[in-house]
Amino acid sequence: MAFRSAVITFPGSNCDRDMAVALEKVSGTAPFRVWHGDADLPEKLDFIAVPGGFSYGDYLRSGAMAARSPIMNAVIDAAGKGVPVLGVCNGFQVLTESGLLPGALMRNASQNFVCRTVPLKVENSQSLFTAGYEAGETIHIPVAHHDGNYFADEATLDRLEGEGRVAFRYQDAVNGSQRDIAGVLNAAGNVLGMMPHPERAVDERHGGMDGWALFENAVNALAKA
Amino acid sequence: MKVHIHVSLKPGVLDSQGRAIHHKLETLGFDGVNDVRAGKLIELDVDDSVTDDDLDAMCQKLLANMVIENYRIERQEPAKENA
Repeated sequence: MAFRSAVITFPGSNCDRDMAVALEKVSGTAPFRVWHGDADLPEKLDFIAVPGGFSYGDYLRSGAMAARSPIMNAVIDAAGKGVPVLGVCNGFQVLTESGLLPGALMRNASQNFVCRTVPLKVENSQSLFTAGYEAGETIHIPVAHHDGNYFADEATLDRLEGEGRVAFRYQDAVNGSQRDIAGVLNAAGNVLGMMPHPERAVDERHGGMDGWALFENAVNALAKA
Repeated sequence: MKVHIHVSLKPGVLDSQGRAIHHKLETLGFDGVNDVRAGKLIELDVDDSVTDDDLDAMCQKLLANMVIENYRIERQEPAKENA
């Protein structure tokens, strides 16, 4: 069964092609490319990716405009029905701004853009995105962002930790994120937002393959379903 | 009518921009600055028919991110009575 995925493109997205290449490499099937102004997603999707970039030039707040674009109503609807949704970097910002994930991504504490490969600890290896990793394993994934400083209030952070919804944690100081959180899951576990770019680590020529397992596991989870 | 929407980070939320500004003021030799918080001002020009409730809704749906920000609405002219 072909893997039916979609990559959303907003004005200012710049990792949408990388995401599409990664999904095609891992699944063998090219994803649908969906424009932000579309009202509907293709039917019977197995996976939706909200890619990185600088949608709407980061106007107002990173992800704020994109989160309120027409296609996001369809993404929110699909997420509610259990379709896996992955938001990377600006995509993570869009998912928090849309309310699909808790918290907010603020300006890096250093005020500097950070662009390097960082070590991440896999905190939750039970989700459909992370089951290809071992809990506690260290993986190396590139980050490239200015607004990756994850913030949520203490009660929310405690709840996320208690429910196993912290998917990845930075192993060194990257951007000032509360509790070094690099990626979070929604309550149902089918929505993951993360600042690091797994689609930039799916080819030996990228300098690493540690992102591969994330996509592979989503594809395998579908095949088993 | 002009309406000013002041958006600021909630108390307790680290304002790294404000901190950088504060540091720069000190390096320029300005003493006695205890704290700096940076926010933004959004200026709207609205019909008189736009109610305070409408403005609240605009702030909560788009202009402010209620996870990290507070907002304050300031009408620049007296509001007309909305029947």
